[in-house]
Amino acid sequence: MPLRRFLSFRDFDWALLGLVLLLCSMSVLEVHSATVHTKFASFGTRQIFWVAAGVAVMFIFAKIDYHRVIDWAPWAYGAGLLALVAVLSPLGHKALGGRRWIKLGPMLVQPSEYVKLILILAVARYFANLGGRSVTWRDILKAFALVGVPMLLVLKQPDLGTTLTYTPILIAGLFLGGINLRQSLILLTVGAVLVGGVWTSGKFLKPYQKARLTSFVNPQNDPRGAGYQVLQSEIAVGSGGIWGKGLEKGTQTQGYFLPIPYTDFIFAAFSEEHGFVGAFFILLLYFLILMRLIQNAQTAADLPGSLIIMGIVAVLTFQIAVNVGMVIGLMPVTGIPLPLMSYGGSSVLFTFLALGVAMNVRMRRFVN
Amino acid sequence: MVLGSSRGEKLSPIKLAFVQYGILLLMLGLAAGLWRLQVLDVDSYRVLAEQNRIRKEPILAPRGKLFDRENRLVVDNYPSVTCFLVREQNTNVDADLPLIAQGLDLDLDQLRATLHRFRSQPGYQPIPIKLDVTPDEQAFIAAHRNELPELETIDEERRLYPRDGFAAHLIGYVGEVSEDDLNNPRFAYYEPGDVVGKAGVEETYDELLRGKDGSREVIVDSRGREVGYFGIEHAEPGQDLKLTIDNDLQRAAELAMGDRNGAIVAMDPRNGEILALVSRPSFDPNEFAVKIDRAEWNKLITDPDHPLLNKAIQAQLAPGSTFKILMSVAGLQEGIAQNMHIVCTGGWGPYGYYHHCDRKHGPVDINTAIPYSCDTFYYMLGDKLGIDRIAKYANEFGYGQKTGIDLPGEQSGLMPSAEWKLKNYHARWYPDETLDVAIGQGAVEATPLQLARIIGGIASGGHMVRPHVVFPNQLSSDFNKSIEDSFPGTGDAYIPLDPANWDIITDGMAEVTEPGEFHTAGSAHLEGIDIAGKTGTAQEMSHAALEKTNKGRATNPNVWFVGLVPRRNPQLVVAVLWQNGEFSYYPARIGAQVIAAFVNKKRREAHNLPPEKAAAPVDVGAVWTTPGAGPDSRADSSAREKNSTIAERNLGAGQIHSGHFFVDGNGIVTQKADAAKATPKPRTGRTTPPAANSAKHSPQVAELAVARQPARQKDQ
Repeated sequence: MPLRRFLSFRDFDWALLGLVLLLCSMSVLEVHSATVHTKFASFGTRQIFWVAAGVAVMFIFAKIDYHRVIDWAPWAYGAGLLALVAVLSPLGHKALGGRRWIKLGPMLVQPSEYVKLILILAVARYFANLGGRSVTWRDILKAFALVGVPMLLVLKQPDLGTTLTYTPILIAGLFLGGINLRQSLILLTVGAVLVGGVWTSGKFLKPYQKARLTSFVNPQNDPRGAGYQVLQSEIAVGSGGIWGKGLEKGTQTQGYFLPIPYTDFIFAAFSEEHGFVGAFFILLLYFLILMRLIQNAQTAADLPGSLIIMGIVAVLTFQIAVNVGMVIGLMPVTGIPLPLMSYGGSSVLFTFLALGVAMNVRMRRFVN
Repeated sequence: MVLGSSRGEKLSPIKLAFVQYGILLLMLGLAAGLWRLQVLDVDSYRVLAEQNRIRKEPILAPRGKLFDRENRLVVDNYPSVTCFLVREQNTNVDADLPLIAQGLDLDLDQLRATLHRFRSQPGYQPIPIKLDVTPDEQAFIAAHRNELPELETIDEERRLYPRDGFAAHLIGYVGEVSEDDLNNPRFAYYEPGDVVGKAGVEETYDELLRGKDGSREVIVDSRGREVGYFGIEHAEPGQDLKLTIDNDLQRAAELAMGDRNGAIVAMDPRNGEILALVSRPSFDPNEFAVKIDRAEWNKLITDPDHPLLNKAIQAQLAPGSTFKILMSVAGLQEGIAQNMHIVCTGGWGPYGYYHHCDRKHGPVDINTAIPYSCDTFYYMLGDKLGIDRIAKYANEFGYGQKTGIDLPGEQSGLMPSAEWKLKNYHARWYPDETLDVAIGQGAVEATPLQLARIIGGIASGGHMVRPHVVFPNQLSSDFNKSIEDSFPGTGDAYIPLDPANWDIITDGMAEVTEPGEFHTAGSAHLEGIDIAGKTGTAQEMSHAALEKTNKGRATNPNVWFVGLVPRRNPQLVVAVLWQNGEFSYYPARIGAQVIAAFVNKKRREAHNLPPEKAAAPVDVGAVWTTPGAGPDSRADSSAREKNSTIAERNLGAGQIHSGHFFVDGNGIVTQKADAAKATPKPRTGRTTPPAANSAKHSPQVAELAVARQPARQKDQ
């Protein structure tokens, strides 16, 4: 036997947890502020429970060897695909114009959130298994198939936002997994052509999805439709000024002008009530968290560990960029929640699960 | 180990650094976006946020009231409630419609049609579905606040006009500002949906009457619900205006005119104040104060008698023999008429075409020509004067020109001349045509107001005035100036008349109303009143044209009367037009009624007599407590004698009683026998105020009013 495996919470990333919990407390604060005068007044408290549950799940996953987790990946991948198919079947629960949930007892579970983590693991496993040899086109196509199948299933729900969240996993895998410059240029070209094709064909995207994707450019053109959300969000953020209007004092948030201010548009609500200073603080927290994760990837004991963490970084970065970009009118409205800020069990649990795996990678950095 | 081969492999630090810088760049980009919104553009977004949540709700200014010359209220405002439907506030408005239609007493199909018309409007746009909501309907809306959240009400002030079209043409009416108006710079102040004066005084003095709307800043949420308010900018009410009309005289004129088609103008020729102005048929301006419905509007605009036309200033018709006053002035001032002594043989035809006179008057001179209204005399006078001299005098006194009254839409009438004919018909003037003009026919056209001003001015010795309906002293000099500029006309003028000629003309007009052979308006004679006047009869078209168009059907001529009191320096001039009234002594009687009402009122005021009061006992319902049950109490004793029901109840002191009585100035005269038994009637729908039932004025009532003598029995 090699060296005795030694695992201790001394190696647990307490700094990262501190940053995450600080972010979560901001989330609870804003969810409470945005809902306290509505029928969703309990959401603030419920978010505390979700965070607590998330921390518990994180500790559990931190204890599980990520090599074991990676070994489960093929099975989990299969189960994930099954769940996604089940969502589309009559078992799925329909709400808000989409079939995205499965009802498990009293709880609604959104499988596409968990498939995100499964994909991170599967992609990490796939590229780690290539063992550092140069990536062939065949490998690339396989990777595309690996991510593409669940993407199509989620797109079918339809849930464009989550579908798009899967792409950074693939891109991170390809980029870090070892494709060369020529391959990446070809891929970029093909990708551009494909996106253009999908956009113009009209088969893959519903008109409302297209409208949502384009309305952010000129929200005034459609002030009562998709552009309305962008416009109201920009007004909320802009009118916050440097110091903000104060907790529970945002007129856009409290007057229901801002759509769903406790989930997708929570950053707008926070920016309105806490101003540029508050919003910058949130961005800073995200930046520190991401840097910390990348540092963990750097110090990871092996390639799969690094790839897992970088997959997580890719997903989180993508979500932050798209959500904040949407809120300030730089990105289309896609319905992607802001990790650790937006209210919602599936989103919070996914993030903590992912962090748990990342923690495990860090705790095992000296264990070989 | 499955992943054994990958052990020891590491991600390239360069790639990780690349990722780190990428993330840093991304975060800086997002921060820059935030900086742009929250620091650079904060002001514009603050404004947008305020616009979002603050709604300016207008507080409508009450329009200025209108009073008559004795400060009696003519036009008032009343609070009214309008019901709106806001589709956004409920998901299933269509299903609610039957309930709404029932509760608000609306036609369901019409309600659906109204909503259909607004279907392309955004859902938050309020749709007015019922104006002038009754208290019952308000209670319905309040009671269904939860089931029908889409219903909203707003308080407004609406115009309350006198009933039955009293002075309707003078007052005018208000209505919603039209698209065309909004493009007019005069209406720059207005926004769509505002109420604006559309006719009469309401239009001319709109700027003063409308006041200034205030507003209330309300805090709303995204669904438009009110959650608070900031401040109130109070509305400035419009200016009250005092009209020159005298309610008493206006009423007398309205009653005298009855349902006849035509107009009356009563004016003080000393200053141009219009004391009464009637046009028939009339309309009810209250129909416009609430929204006029289409059927009613169509009826008004398609009526061949043109109810919306203010005939006092807009009917341009041949003045007929009333024109002979102007002819007399011209003839006398030119020194021709004094020396004319002719014999009327029933007409004259020096140019081949024989012009008829309606009688064979025999010897006629200027003193008898006016009371006889002898056409032959004026044919000859006109021939001697020639069209140019006639036109000169006519233009000087104001024929063919607007008077400049402060009412919209005044017509100028027409005074033909050789020049006019050449210009419009490119033809020479024939001397024969002058003969028609001389008796106020041919192309001559005048409005009742013009005749009142001209003949009143002649009787005043040539002092001509600008008629007006609002006392100018209550207006700023700027506004007075703008009124004069907006309503140009002949205005005030002095055309000196030779006193001898003045005497001849005014004496002649006084003779008109004296009973006597050939006198045209002897029936308008009023004993003890120095009344003067001139009648006129004019075909709407020439006999030949009439033959062609009417296929021989007779159309009665339009008849005129212009009356004065007293004959020289009159205090009142009344012009009466009765379209198709046939005989000119008919309008003379109408004019005489107005003059009698005027004179009687003056006498009452001079003698300080109490105003006439209806002597008829009044029906009174009452509840009372018997004080001492003494037989000296007249009410009690009569109650005991006349009403067994109450008597049976064992009358005693302190007991409560009820009943119906007829009461006059001295107390109770009779008691209704059935009063005590009467049970309250079950409510059957809407109750009609009694005045609405007597909508039509009967001429008999008018005659009664005139017949009544000013001296009344003096009761104590």
